[in-house]
This record gives sequence, C-alpha cells and structure tokens, in this order.
Amino acid sequence: MSRIVHKFTRTVPHWQPRVTPVKLDEATPEQLDALKITPSNTKVSDYVLTLAHDVESLTVRSPLFNAIMYDAGGMSRSERELGALGASMVNRCIYCAAVHADRHAKLEKDTGVTDELFAKGENADLSVRNRAIFDFARKAAEAPPAAGQAEMDALRDAGLSDEEILDLILSSALFGWANRLMHVLGDPVRQEATA
Amino acid sequence: MNIFETTAVKMSGVTQDGEIGSAVATRANIIELTQAAEDAVLRPRDFGAFDHVLRAALAARVALLAGDEALESYYLTGAGDRAVLDQTGADQWLEVILSFVDKVANETRDVAAEDILALQGAGISDADIVRLCELVAFLAYQIRVIAGLRLMKGAAA
Repeated sequence: MSRIVHKFTRTVPHWQPRVTPVKLDEATPEQLDALKITPSNTKVSDYVLTLAHDVESLTVRSPLFNAIMYDAGGMSRSERELGALGASMVNRCIYCAAVHADRHAKLEKDTGVTDELFAKGENADLSVRNRAIFDFARKAAEAPPAAGQAEMDALRDAGLSDEEILDLILSSALFGWANRLMHVLGDPVRQEATA
Repeated sequence: MNIFETTAVKMSGVTQDGEIGSAVATRANIIELTQAAEDAVLRPRDFGAFDHVLRAALAARVALLAGDEALESYYLTGAGDRAVLDQTGADQWLEVILSFVDKVANETRDVAAEDILALQGAGISDADIVRLCELVAFLAYQIRVIAGLRLMKGAAA
C-alpha cells in the first residue's frame, strides 16, 4: 500500500508517475543517450524515464539544471537550495520541497532553517539574509510573478552581489519549471506495510 | 551565440554594458542552455500532437497569463493562424488542452491526478502529456528569468 504525502517533509518520498514512463527495453537510441544508459548503469528513476517521452527537452534540461544548481562561483549551494525550496513551497511540490530542504540541511549541517520554514511558512523566523532570499524566491514563484522592487532592495540591503542575485533568480525560476513537472506528472507517496 | 541576443536576455533589456550585463556574462553557459531549451520545447523535431505553430500560440497565451505582453508578442510572431486561441467554441481536444495549460501555468499547486486523467480521456497520449508539461513548465522558468533580470536592471538604474 502507498499513500500520497500532502504535508511538507524533509524525508524524501517516493515519486509515483501519473503517466506510464518509457520502458527501458523499448527506448530509442536518442532516449538511451539522454538517459546516459551504459551497460554498467541501467538504474534510471521513473521520473527521468517519464521525461524521456520528450527527449529533446530532457537532453537540454539536465545540463541546465546542473549548471544552475552546482556551477562554481556566485551564490552558495545551500542558498540556491533555499531559492529552490521557496518556489517549491509556493507551488506545493511536496517532492521537490523534500529533496531540496534535505539538501539544504545537509549542506548547512543544520536543520534549523528548514524546520522553521516547514513549521511557519512565510512567517518563519529567519536571518536577514535568508529572509531576503526566501521572500524573493517565494514572490518570484507566484503566478503571475510578484517579486518587485522591495524584494530586490532587500537582497541588496542584505549584502548580496549581482552574481548572487542572478543565481537566485535562476535557481528559483528553475523550480518554476521543475515543480510543473514533478507536481503535475506524479504523486509523492510513502510506502506503507500492509496490515 | 551572443547571449545578449537570446530571448530571455533581450526581453529583459539587459545589455552588454554595465554591471548587470557583466554578471549575466559570468553565466553565459546557462543563458545559452536556456535558449537551447526554448528551441527544444517550442520548435522540436519530434513535436508529437503539438506542431510549432500551436506551441507558439500556447506560449503566447502563457506569457499573457503571466502579464508579460512583450514576451506574448514575441511568441505570437510564430503563431500564425493560431494567434488567437479562443476557448469558446474550440473543439473538445483544444478545450481540454487549454484548461490544462492555464491550470499548470497559474494554479500549479491545485493540479491533481484528475487533470492528467482529463487529458488521457481526451485521447492525448502519455508522451504528448509530457511534451505539453515541458512546454508550460519551461515557460514558467523563462518568464521568471526575464522578470528577475528586469528587476536587477531596474535596481541598477
């Protein structure tokens, strides 16, 4: 048995697709290439196999995702995770929020910020810098996007450089994309032992 | 590729000169991939049930939903006779698609399993459902990169 997870959590749930993923043994050469399948690496997540239905998008999205979240310079990795989390909370993508809250906590070696955010949402008690980052990500993720001059001023007042602000724009925007795949194409589920 | 000629940077008004342009240049690889992503979702070789004209029309609709009229105009140039997507009197296939696109674009948190079932019920294949999601999802990203860059530029003025 599995049940759908509706509450924010740092314990990453299983992602269950609402459509049928590409079957590995039926994948085209182009799909296999995008999936980076090698004889020694045949384990691919249902999420990636689902996205393989649109292989041209997947081929671009994977390197773009990695560049925005992991490239050197600019904003710290954990602050980019906070940008990702802000967007994921607005869009209520439970799966994305769990993955990126967990990464934030591990990078910071501290669960304080994400505990506070999951407990109090936008009213969380945060440092001035985290507050500015989270508020920008949250407002930017609204639809239509609602970040304005006040949020940009708060980032500058908190001491963020242009390069850091650009990385925040990119990481929070990227989750406008990721949330619309994960939250739309599947459910976050928890496996439960059958009674 | 000149990153200042890509859709996202051009629409934002950020130019090569000045501090914001210098910051953007440090992420040239990301800007190039952002443009490659637009090409992949708007003008893919394997377009499935959604040809390039319909994709451009849907993109224009999503841009307008986000309040970005400049981006709407940009996509309308590729939308040909689909320029005005009218939900009233649309065939059932298009009606289901437009409802889904609007919800994923602007009421993301409320999307549920029933919304996918509605597409499947209208005969849309799982591969086409993924293609449609990628289109709307990419646009959410591009719209927010443009909006963010415009804010940075404003703050520098």
